[in-house]
Amino acid sequence: MTYRISELRQTMRSKISVSNLNFYYGKTQALQDISMEIPEREVVAFIGPSGCGKSTFLRTLNRMNDTIAGTRVEGKVTIDEQNIYASGTDVVSLRRKIGMVFQKSNPFPKSIFENVAYGIRINGIHKNKADLHERVEKALRDAALWDEVKDRLNASAFGLSGGQQQRLCIARALAVQPQVILMDEPASALDPIATQKIEELVVDLKKDYTIVIVTHNMQQASRVSDKTAFFMLGKLVEFNPTQKVFQNPDERLTEDYITGRFG
Amino acid sequence: MAETNSQNHGRRKLVSSVMTTLTAACAVFVVAVLLLIISYIAIRGFSSISVQFLIDTPKPVGEGGGIGNAILGSVMMTALAAVIGLPIGVLAGIYLAEFGNNWYGNVVRFLADTLVGVPSIIIGIFIYTLIVVPMGRQSGLAGGLALALIMIPIVARTTEEMIRLVPDAMREGALALGAPQWRVTWNIVLPAASTGIATGAMLAIARITGETAPLLFTALNSRFYNFYLDQPMSSLTVQIFNYATGPFEVEHAMAWAATLILVGIILVINVLVRFLTRKRF
Amino acid sequence: MENRLLDHQLDVLRDKILLLGGKTEAALHRAMQSLTQRDSELAKLVLEEDSVIDRMELEIDRLSVEILALQQPAAHDLRFVISVAKITPILERIADHAGSIADAALILNNEPQLKNYIDLPRMAEVAAEMLRTALDAFTSEDSQVSRELIKRDAEIDEAYHRVFNELLEIMIDNPQSTTSAAHLLFVAKHLERIGDYVKDICELNVYLREAAFIKHSQAE
Repeated sequence: MTYRISELRQTMRSKISVSNLNFYYGKTQALQDISMEIPEREVVAFIGPSGCGKSTFLRTLNRMNDTIAGTRVEGKVTIDEQNIYASGTDVVSLRRKIGMVFQKSNPFPKSIFENVAYGIRINGIHKNKADLHERVEKALRDAALWDEVKDRLNASAFGLSGGQQQRLCIARALAVQPQVILMDEPASALDPIATQKIEELVVDLKKDYTIVIVTHNMQQASRVSDKTAFFMLGKLVEFNPTQKVFQNPDERLTEDYITGRFG
Repeated sequence: MAETNSQNHGRRKLVSSVMTTLTAACAVFVVAVLLLIISYIAIRGFSSISVQFLIDTPKPVGEGGGIGNAILGSVMMTALAAVIGLPIGVLAGIYLAEFGNNWYGNVVRFLADTLVGVPSIIIGIFIYTLIVVPMGRQSGLAGGLALALIMIPIVARTTEEMIRLVPDAMREGALALGAPQWRVTWNIVLPAASTGIATGAMLAIARITGETAPLLFTALNSRFYNFYLDQPMSSLTVQIFNYATGPFEVEHAMAWAATLILVGIILVINVLVRFLTRKRF
Repeated sequence: MENRLLDHQLDVLRDKILLLGGKTEAALHRAMQSLTQRDSELAKLVLEEDSVIDRMELEIDRLSVEILALQQPAAHDLRFVISVAKITPILERIADHAGSIADAALILNNEPQLKNYIDLPRMAEVAAEMLRTALDAFTSEDSQVSRELIKRDAEIDEAYHRVFNELLEIMIDNPQSTTSAAHLLFVAKHLERIGDYVKDICELNVYLREAAFIKHSQAE
């Protein structure tokens, strides 16, 4: 009776399904035998000490680690029942489906408009110029940035504040209509007010997207996520509904970490 | 206790102000030398500059004469070198930065660095052997090729460095949107590095505009206006060399004037590129 | 592996609530003794100590809120602070009931004693023992003992009904003892309430240990 809501959610469809995933940087094993089901349209938070593999794991979900030389993956990651590590997978179209927001906001050296339009253009999503404008506006609105930038769409993206830049990067990711959004410590460089805006946005976006967020901030994980995964030394220690993890975790290690008793 | 503290404080203040003064003095020294050179050239050269001087070809001593054909030759050969050297250099730099983390890239990088260090006169001799001897004569083409050869490794290495300065986060941002690698390089990395690449190109152009040694063997010189690249071609630097080594005072004055023009051209190139590549975003 | 600042504050909080528990037990014990041994001095002592207990309640409230606001405890730490914050007013109310019993004792000690107060001392013994066991179970975080204890509340309820009926008969048979009997009726009621409060403490013990709210769930 205690966790009725989350039990209902357990029956929801898995968007991402990971089984027995191992990951290596050269000879160093960074992830060990990770299995996890990420439900559709929920927010899953990854927490754990620095170097625990949470960011590495996040980056295996859109094959971003492919860009690093000497890395190797074993095991299976399926998104909508398709193994993304199967040979012949089109990584480019995979990444279009899985948006990503990074720790440091990384706008392109272009105007605000062109930053959001970039993904639409390269993927040829828009039908015509008016359609492009509509899509850019919608993405900016969805990222709660439109009102702040609508009068200076052609100004440089670098003129925005840190929080605005990060929301621009979220808008940029939303513009290509992904199904999943991966966020790698999206608010770690932001002040509390900008952080709060990002967090509200994450909760809003849950309606339409499956969101995975890596965070060092435990309160952030507890505020925005439905489920929390705790990683340590490349292993998944615990994966449970967030309110369980923060009130009554199954594992001693999780408890030590979230209560700050972790050396 | 308080006394020791104030003593230390006084000592630190002294050291600090001495060092600040020292560095400021060095900066002044650098600027002063530059100003001295430029003003000396300007004083010595300005009086001989006239429209006629800029248009005329060299004439026997006493009949005036100018550097018109030398300016044209320099511009043509520099342009040829830039047309050949910039694309090759930039593309090589892109390769080194984006795809060159392998043994081949390391070899290319090492050879480029070696080539930068090779004295330019050796490049001249190389082109002499390769082009001038088979053609049977010196030419603007040979001169331009020699300059291009000097330019390529400089442009390649500066381009590589500039591209490496573009944060990986920006590349990943584009990749994560589903951009193929070539589009990431083309629409994201290159624009972000453009200012730096242009600066590198500008430095390379300025460098070859001032080259004399490789042109002595390759383009030789010419007393006439020459629009054909297969003919020997005059250049500002060689002309300066000729005037400066001549026996007459008039020639020396013309050498100073030509030098002033050369410095002016390099300055204009600098300003122009700065203007064209000013940060828009 | 420790969180020095938080651990220290949690230790202080634990000390304070255990002290409050001890004071409450003592208040109940003294109030009943003052009644059964007709010792009005003990009753006065209970009433004096009540202000100390009130002050301790305030201290614990402040410290709990401070820990919640500044340390943002999670997991067991969070459950501990929540349990303490909820148990504290319960203890204070138990002490209030002890005070009311002491009030009654002051009056009854000036009246002739009624038939050795029938089952009341026995009822008080059960209540005191339950309170002690509940506080021990809180200290050792024993949810098993706590669950057993919850069932024993029925014993007190049963005793209360027996005492109630007996006192009613006394009032009917012997009208001049009505005043005394009425006061004793209230004492019985206070003890019955204390039994309920002990049950609440036990439920919080289970929450502390298992993170489960079992209040209002017996019916299911």
